[in-house]
Amino acid sequence: MKCHAAFVYSDELLTYHFHPDHPFNQKRVLMTKELLESSKKIDSSDIIKPRMATDEELELFHDASYVDAVKRAGKGLLSETEGLPYGLGTEDVPIFKDMHEASSLLVGGTLTAVDTVLNENAQHALHLGGGLHHGLKRKASGFCIYNDGAIAIKYIREKYNLKVLYVDTDAHHGDGVQWAFYDDPNVCTFSIHETGRYLFPGTGNVNERGIKAGHGYSFNLPIDAFTQDESFLQVYETALRKIIEFFKPDILVTQNGADAHVFDPLTHLCTTMEVYQKIPQLAHELAHEYTGGKWVALGGGGYDIWRVVPRAWGQIWNVMKYGTPLQGELPEDWLEKWQKEATVGLPKLWEDLPEITPDIPRKQEITEKNETALLNLLKYTKITK
Amino acid sequence: MKVEEIMNRNVVTLGPTATIAEALHLLQENRIRHIPIIDENRSVIGIVSDRDVRDASPSVLVKDSDQAILQSEIQTIMSHPVITVHPLDFVEEIARIFYDEEFASLPVVSDNKLIGIVTEKDMLYTLIQLTGTHVQSSHIEVKVPHKPGILPEVAAVFGRRKMNITSVLIYPYHQDPNYKVLVFRIQTMNPLPVINDLREAGYELMWPNNIPGPKR
Repeated sequence: MKCHAAFVYSDELLTYHFHPDHPFNQKRVLMTKELLESSKKIDSSDIIKPRMATDEELELFHDASYVDAVKRAGKGLLSETEGLPYGLGTEDVPIFKDMHEASSLLVGGTLTAVDTVLNENAQHALHLGGGLHHGLKRKASGFCIYNDGAIAIKYIREKYNLKVLYVDTDAHHGDGVQWAFYDDPNVCTFSIHETGRYLFPGTGNVNERGIKAGHGYSFNLPIDAFTQDESFLQVYETALRKIIEFFKPDILVTQNGADAHVFDPLTHLCTTMEVYQKIPQLAHELAHEYTGGKWVALGGGGYDIWRVVPRAWGQIWNVMKYGTPLQGELPEDWLEKWQKEATVGLPKLWEDLPEITPDIPRKQEITEKNETALLNLLKYTKITK
Repeated sequence: MKVEEIMNRNVVTLGPTATIAEALHLLQENRIRHIPIIDENRSVIGIVSDRDVRDASPSVLVKDSDQAILQSEIQTIMSHPVITVHPLDFVEEIARIFYDEEFASLPVVSDNKLIGIVTEKDMLYTLIQLTGTHVQSSHIEVKVPHKPGILPEVAAVFGRRKMNITSVLIYPYHQDPNYKVLVFRIQTMNPLPVINDLREAGYELMWPNNIPGPKR
């Protein structure tokens, strides 16, 4: 099955750049695009350019005073003490030149993806520059300046009045998006992530379920450090199928952080490419079943930009456009080009070799604990009614 | 942290001659569990809990039960004397009272007048804040010898990286009194540089620890 899908890209997306030593590196997006080009899976007719988000659009979610601070920061007009309350100029979100413009393009890319799908120019759209789920109403956080996911969902609500299911598979809790819709029953958020006991941002407990009219529309599945493919996929698939059956969304928005992989330096989950084949397959299947195909996929975290992210994100496109993930060898020209820059040996195949995951002595306990979290997620919600 | 910083100043109270029915109504309407009973000078002379009121009320299972009991004066069922605290007491001190006693609410009294109330729930919320888990942060545990000067030594590693520390806790290390575990919550999504600094400085990390066992 081949679907009509759009890939949002321009080289300007790479201007979202803090400094060379920062773990958040948008070269991942370029590497993914080139991997797909070398694999002959994408050509110029698939690619659409991101537009700039307007201030009005940013302010669908963010405070005007925060947008103003970001603008001034990018022009060197914000002092250190002025910046800190807004989370600007920290280790996580250092100030860089024209950061407002770079961030607005990133948000615009997500809005471009939304418009493409909702104007029926494509069934699915992928914007790997987006998915910056930690951005708060008036604060930058966790490498995120503007929260493109939250803005795009507000935009969908205002402009199209659709029910949105947001699914976040980043290893970190999708807190910014969750809080943005915590009291909204028309937006259901579901985040699977490494438990916040040790990992940033610390939230995402299974008992965070939303408030007021939105109670029962926030779902969290915190899984234990060192969780591997089997347990991840078992709890994730069960939860997602139940949630989508309960909520029956009009459109699916997914955040596809690729940092739950065993190679990721910032988190402690132990999954492999197996998970990154299955996540888009599941989203694709469920979009066709529930939302008439309407699916917007975003990027997110992912800090092993050499061995993990290009393959993981490439598979989203492969599934979106062709229905199945690729197997076998990666194109030689791509390996040759990027191996020169890479600080580690690049994998040669789309799939991972089984020996990359360590033996986890507590595997059984972890599996059992994750199942308990799943049961708690499914309990005491409107799902059971 | 002092009691006056966490206490609730809007206290629902009753006089000693109010009826049990009034107490029942107030408990349900305000979704609270305790009502201090005060005299005309706002002195606390007793306290009733939802359990006291429930115990005094006729059973819902008994039809045509005697509802007259609900018209009795509240002072007939109130507990007294009442343990109260002062607004300048510390949260740690009231935690001890809650642990030792059977109740979950303490009237706050200053100058012999009721000025607030603090519940077990308020105290737990405050303890959650003291752990720092309510703000975005990453968690690092360092095992250190229990000796003077070790905390500033470790904290300086964070300082050099300009890492904002949200909270610090010091735990005992199992049963070994020669060691302590320092728990830091730091405001960053990328603790890697500081973790490397700590390891290079020779500190033993309890978390993050290395993934156990290489694949055979």
